[in-house]
Formats: sequence, structure tokens, C-alpha cells
Amino acid sequence: MQITVSVNGESYVRDVEPRLLLTHFLRDELRLTGTHWGCDTSNCGACVVRLDGVPVKSCTVLAAMADGAEVTTVEGLAHGRTEADLDPVQEGFMVCHGLQCGFCTPGMMMTSRALLDRDPDPSAETIREAISGQICRCTGYENIVRSVQWAAAKEAAAREAADTESSEAMA
Amino acid sequence: MTAVGEPGVQDPSVQIHAADETPRGYGAMKRKEDARFIRGRGQYVDDVVLPGMLHGAVLRSPLAHARILSIDTSAAEAHPKVHAVITGETLAGLGLAWMPTLSHDTQAVLATDKVRFQGQEVAFVVADDRYAARDALALIDVEYEPLDPVIDAKRALDPDAPVIRTDKDGKADNHIFDWESGDRAATDAVFADAEAADDQLVVVQDMIYPRVHPAPLETCGAIADMDPVTGKLTLWTTTQAPHAHRTLYALVAGLPEHKIRIISPDIGGGFGNKVGIYPGYVCAVVASIVTGTPVKWMEDRSENLMSTSFARDYHMRGEVAVTRDGRIRGVRVHVLADHGAFDATAQPTAFPAGFFGVFTGSYDLEAAHCAVTGVYTNKASGGVAYACSFRITEAVYLIERMVDVVAHDLGIDPAELRMRNLLRPEQFPYQSKTGWEYDSGDYPHTLQVALDKAGYAELRAEQADRRRRFEAGEPVSLMGIGLSFFTEAVGAGPRRSMDILGLGMADGAELRVHPTGKAVLRVSCQSQGQGHETTFAQIVAQELGISPDDIDVVHGDTDQTPFGLGTYGSRSTPVSGAATAMVARKVRERAKIVAAAMMEVSADDLEWNDGRWQVAGDPDASRSMADIAMAAHSNLELPDGVEGHLDATCVYNPPNLTYPCGAYVCLVEVDPGTGAVDVRRFVAVDDCGVRINPMIVEGQVHGGLADGVGMALMQCIAFDLDGNCLGGSMMDYLLPTSLECPSWELGETVTPSPHHPIGAKGVGESATVGSPPAVVNAVIDALAPYDVRHADMPLTPAAVWCAAQGNPLRPDLGIT
Repeated sequence: MQITVSVNGESYVRDVEPRLLLTHFLRDELRLTGTHWGCDTSNCGACVVRLDGVPVKSCTVLAAMADGAEVTTVEGLAHGRTEADLDPVQEGFMVCHGLQCGFCTPGMMMTSRALLDRDPDPSAETIREAISGQICRCTGYENIVRSVQWAAAKEAAAREAADTESSEAMA
Repeated sequence: MTAVGEPGVQDPSVQIHAADETPRGYGAMKRKEDARFIRGRGQYVDDVVLPGMLHGAVLRSPLAHARILSIDTSAAEAHPKVHAVITGETLAGLGLAWMPTLSHDTQAVLATDKVRFQGQEVAFVVADDRYAARDALALIDVEYEPLDPVIDAKRALDPDAPVIRTDKDGKADNHIFDWESGDRAATDAVFADAEAADDQLVVVQDMIYPRVHPAPLETCGAIADMDPVTGKLTLWTTTQAPHAHRTLYALVAGLPEHKIRIISPDIGGGFGNKVGIYPGYVCAVVASIVTGTPVKWMEDRSENLMSTSFARDYHMRGEVAVTRDGRIRGVRVHVLADHGAFDATAQPTAFPAGFFGVFTGSYDLEAAHCAVTGVYTNKASGGVAYACSFRITEAVYLIERMVDVVAHDLGIDPAELRMRNLLRPEQFPYQSKTGWEYDSGDYPHTLQVALDKAGYAELRAEQADRRRRFEAGEPVSLMGIGLSFFTEAVGAGPRRSMDILGLGMADGAELRVHPTGKAVLRVSCQSQGQGHETTFAQIVAQELGISPDDIDVVHGDTDQTPFGLGTYGSRSTPVSGAATAMVARKVRERAKIVAAAMMEVSADDLEWNDGRWQVAGDPDASRSMADIAMAAHSNLELPDGVEGHLDATCVYNPPNLTYPCGAYVCLVEVDPGTGAVDVRRFVAVDDCGVRINPMIVEGQVHGGLADGVGMALMQCIAFDLDGNCLGGSMMDYLLPTSLECPSWELGETVTPSPHHPIGAKGVGESATVGSPPAVVNAVIDALAPYDVRHADMPLTPAAVWCAAQGNPLRPDLGIT
């Protein structure tokens, strides 16, 4: 069957088997290998991508179900190639040592980005709840929580600076 | 770059240098490897695609023990997308149906005569894509004749037990080995004395360290690419030990070793799971030879959990001889070790029970002895894997659980009992009663730091109050406080006593400083997330006075790196890290000669100062490594016999193991109605000697603590009595999430290793080793109102509730 999927802002038209999983579509068809596969049972979340903004486990979504949808993967987080183009979540994971082997990291970052989009100032408990459907075998989670808090703080500071700038401009 | 500690970030215990202050040596700094990982640009085995690559899938046995009567592959072979179907018969024709294990046993690559565990490899299909390969598995028809399985390790040596290894000539039972350590006669004498004396007693407790699985998030897999023209095999594979694998493939498959290249790219966690060679890898190699194209095989999660290296499965009886005032005199242990269907544990040859011999722990004893018996059962093989430092996990659990049982029986506070018996600093280097030389430590200090950090006295007061309220019938949870004090023995190891399949456990390192002062370090160890590209650059930076940013670390490719045994048993920093420091020192000494020639002074007049060779007493006369490197590659005249350039190689042979230690305090809340356990706090004070990158050390400890909580409370690979694996998916094999883990509270003491070039001891497994007994001790402590003395892991709500009712579960056999 033919599907049309927008991935990280680019539109793809592909013929796929109806049974093809979204994670394999992204990895094998589009060669976007930042999205990982870890368990088959929706327990680990290494495969989390955003489907029309909502974090989903792409190992339990058919590629066909993404027909007409907007998918964002880890490759779509940064706005460009330099360090300044990184999403604050990516920066936070680096600064706070929120990753070790890096395998769960893309999924963790996609969920964290979605969390900050709806709750810009989450508590540690909220962050733990948000990532509780995903497994990290390396970090013991503490530094992932700190990474998300770091990103939230950076974005809050940026908002504050923007507010000051705009009120100064209005004055 | 902004540093941690900015507003909004809660109390990080490690401050990271801003990018413009990258430390020239040790200190917290961001990891060099993270730039690719956070962009999704890591390259794991399954990310690699080669031209014309086919995909393999393994057909596995549904039964734990059965004779194979026939295998019909004709329908699978007729599948339009299938290129080949390989069976045990195919492999037998090549002499590859069986392969040697890391423990001098043999293991079936694909079953020929019988299947010996559920999930065992039976056939291998090669097809155009991974979906077609799995479709074809369903077309293979295998006829089995079921046999009685051996599931309960305690029944494996019964005279009427079915014999599993009928492939071994004359094998009439399921016995693998007997091994002992310590002085049996001296220990028996101490116990006889204790039994006879009124002021002493002997405390006995049986305990099971159940089978668990490391379950790295990336499963195991390989891409085999045999070039039919050059005869060179390139194997991209998930291995923690690329060089050892290369040698083993050469020995197993009869391939010339220089025609084998192992590439271990980014590894998505290992924890010991990726030390051994699995049948799937061998099948991929054979498939590539048969089809003449590259073949990829990636196992799925169930295959990973059901067939690859498990850990533990130790059935232990601990006995302690102790005076009634709490002086521990001797420890005696008997272990029944369940090794599964093939003895494929990975440990040094002379140590069939790994380093279990350190079961004497951190205490000063008069005598100690252990006896370990290994048996075959109809379960997956393996036996060491999972961040255990070669069975020290089991040893530490045994002794730390026993100390708490003694405290329970004597009515002595467990912290006080430990303080009375810990080795004292002046006893180091300490010769243990089982033959180990502990290098350094200040155990009472480390324990005191942990007790202070936890606020131990206040916690006991809070607990006493809580217990009063519970006894008064108030609906409160039960509070438990658990301790552990562990000593690890890592960094295997000295060549005279340690080898794996005859390969001595020394590691090489090679360092090249380019003319402009930038450097490339090549090492044999293999990061699975430990951050070697950063830490090892920092070691070179510390020795040479150049920035870690200017040092590239190459690893994971046998064609590009010197020989070494790989990363497991917390050995990277103790062995390869030492090799790195030593090779950098060789370069520094060569640089001294070049600097002397540059300044036209005698090398004897130079001193190393702040990263430069300087004329003693004259700070203005000095040369940096970059200046020296350019000169070393120039036409500068050097003394006779001195080669140019700034390159060096080194092989480090550890003189001894290193002995990290730590004191852990766990605080739990137990719901008496449901048995549910909540870990409220966890305080971990680690002494791993000198810390190269404290941020990475802290991360290693965090991860190990989560492992410990998982093993203590959730993780278990159990079997029903038919041999069905009850932990074959992440829905059944429960791993800790962010909600089961508390916010870890870390502390440190630093006792450098006296024999290690940089005083570092290794830390990768410390927390995994040390934390399970702390959690279990806390839960048992919480159950004091029910007078529970012991319950086996995992302490699931059901297990805790049953223990409180006086009906403890047998975790290894599931709920029966």
C-alpha cells in the first residue's frame, strides 16, 4: 500500500507492506536510525517518536497508521548542525550526563521535549512520571531528570529574556 | 556553554566544566561521544547496512528437553525470499555444529541430537529482509520427542535425574565441577569450637540469588561479511571483547586470524551480556560464507532474555561462627551453582566460580572456606554476565546478608556489628583467608561517612516511633533501614594467575602524538556507555599536558587497535586505563629527550612542570608537548639511539587486582497490607580510588544502584517445572523504571590503589555488586514486627507478603 508521511518536515511517499512497523519504516526505509528498537512489547520506549506531536512507541504503530501524519524523530530535534542549534533538551542531556550508552536517549529526549511543550516547568515527580514508560539500563534515571530540569531552566531564562526585550521595546 | 548549577537545576553533586575550561586532565567534563548520541547519530550494529545484505533469523526450541526426530526445511527453502536454511546437519558437515565455550565446555551452535533448553537454536534462515526471514521460520517443521527436563537445580544430581549432556562421552550425571577455596580444616575447627562454647554460636541461613538477565537495551546481533575474493571476514558485532572474539573465531572456525576483522561500533549497553560468542553470530558467519553476501542477524527481546547469558542462579548456604558479643570468627559457605545446559560462564580459567572466593567480604576473620558445585539444568547457559565482577555480586550478597542475619540473632545493631568486624586501615595490604591481597582502604571511615550522610541515628529513632505506632494499630507503613559494606576485586588480571581460554588478561595501548601536538590513543577495551572516549583522553591529557579535546580515542576495531581482553569485570580503567597512563609516560620520557635537544641542555636538567618540560629552576626555559611534537618530527638532531617522532606502545600486566569498596544505606517503606516496597532513600558512598571524571563515576554508580534495586525487588528469570521460561519478555521480566528509583544520594572517600599507575580502582560494577544486600536488608528490617529473618529476591509484593505470613516463596521456580 502507498503511504504519505511527513518526517521532520519532509514529505515521503512510499509503498509499504501493511504490516510494516513505523520503527522499521523510519530505520530501514528512510534510514533514520536514531530511532531505536528495543523490546517489541511497548515496555522500553527506545523507539519513541512524536506522531502529530504525541509521543508514541513506534514499534507498536504501523507505518500505515502514520499515513498523512507528521512524524518527528530525534534527527528533527536540532535546528541545524552546530551546538547552538541543539534543542535545550539535547543540551541538557549532554551537560547533566543524562546518557551513557545512548540507546534509550532518543526516545527519552522525544518524550522530554513533548513534556516541556505542555508543561514548561515540570517537577521532578512529573518528569519521572513522563518517562516512566521507558527503560534506561545505564543512568538510574536521576541524571535524566536533571537533564530535563536543565532544559526547562534554560527555556525559562530564554522566555524571561524575550519578555524583558519585548517590554523594553514597547516602552 | 552553561555549567550545571544554574538556576532551576536541583543540587547536582558534580559541577561540569564549561566548554572553555575543559580540564587538562582529571575533572568533570562533558563526554566527547555525546555529540553523536544526542543527535541520533550513534552507530549501533543494527544501524549498519551493507550493499546486498541479507537478513537471518533463528528458529528456537519450544521445549526445554527433547530429542530431535526430524527437521523438514523444504517449505522454508521454497519461500521466494529465502536464500538459505542452515541446520545443525549443515553445520556438522563443516565441523561447526558445536563450539567451545569460555569455560572449556562445548555448546551446540544449532541443535543436532537434542534440544536442552527452551529457546535453544535449531535452524537459521537467510532471507531478503527481516520480515521474510521470520515468515520462513514458521515453515520449518521440527518433530520432537519430549524428554523429562531438569529444572530444579537441587534435583539435578539426584540419581534418577535425566542426563542432559548425553553428547559427552560417558557422561552419566549432570555434575560440572566441584571447586573450593579457603582452609577447610581450619574453618571446621573454628566452627567446632564455636559450637562447643557457651559464649559463641553458629548462625546458618540458606539463600538463593535468583537467575537474572542483564537485558541491555540493545539486544545482541552481528553482520558477517565474508569477502569471497580476499577471504577476509569482517564481523560487525555487539561485543565487549573484540580482540578475544577475533582469536576465538580463528580457533573455532579455523579462519586465519589476520583475515578476521571485528568491528564493535557503538554498543547499546553490555553489562556482561556481550562477552560471549552466541550461536547467532556463528550462524551469520556461516550464512555469509554460504551465500557470498553480507548477512545481518539481530535477535529480538525474547531471544535475548531466553537464550543469552544470564547471571547468578546461586543456591547458597551461609554459616557464620560468631561470639555472642559480635566478633565474627569464621564463615563457611556451600553453593549449588546452576549453569544451565552448557557451561558457558565467562571467567578466568582457574576460577570456575569466578571470584566468589572474596566471600569473606570486608571483615577480619580467623578462617573461611567455601565449596561450590556446578550443575547442568535444562535452562539457557551463561552464568557470570551482569555487572557482577566475576561472581563477587553473589559473594557480597552472601556475606552482607549473613551479617544482618547474625545481627538479627544477636540483637546487635547491624551498623555496630559491621564496625566491630571491619578490617582496619593498618591491616592493608591485607591477606584474606581465601588468598586475596586487598590493596588499600579505610573501611570504618567509609562506613562512618555513609552513616553520617544518611543520618543513621535519626533514621533509627524515626523507625522506632513508626514501629510503636504500627504495634498500636495505626495504619502506617513499615520503615526498614538496610546496610551493606562491600569489597570488590576488579581489574583482572595478573597474567600469572588469570587467563580466558589461555589468553592472558593484559591490555595493550598505543599512542601517537602528531607533529602539531594532537594525539590518537588506540585501546583494546570496548565502551558500552562508560565514556572511554572521554575518560581515556583525560588520562593522556593528565600525563602530557594537552587538552582532552585534542586526543582522539580509537576503540572497537581489531584492525586499528592493539590486543587486549575487553571491557567487563570493571577492568577498563584498572587495566586499559593503566596501559594508557603508562604509554603516555613513555611518550613523555621521549619528549624529555627531544626537549633537551631543543634547548641544548642535558635531559637530566629537565623537570616536568605544569604540562611542560622545563629547565629546573628556570620557568622561562620550557617546551610544551606541541612544541616538542613538531620538533620530534623535524630534522632536529637527536642523541644517538633516540628515534624521532612521539609514538609509543605498551602492554600493561596488572601486578594485582584493585579493591574498590563502599558503604550503602537503603531506606524502604513497606506496605504491610500489600507487601509493596518503596525505596525512599538510597545513600551510596563509594571508594574507587582516584576519580578521573567524577561526573562519569557518579553516572556509573547511579546505574548500578538502579540495577541493585531491580534485582532486589523485581528482576527474576524463573522457570516452571516443564522448563518454560517465565521471564521471556519485558512484560514478565520487570526492569526498574524512573518510578522505582529514588533520587540517589552519593558520597565518596578516596583511597588510591598503591599499585595502580594512577591510583584508580574501577567503579563500573561497584553499585550493582553492593546495592542488592542493602535493599534486601532494609526490607527484612522493615518486617521485624513479623520476625522475618530472611526472604529471597526478588522481593515482589507477593514475596514480601508471603514472607510476612511465614510462607516464603521459591523465586527460581516461580509461583508454584
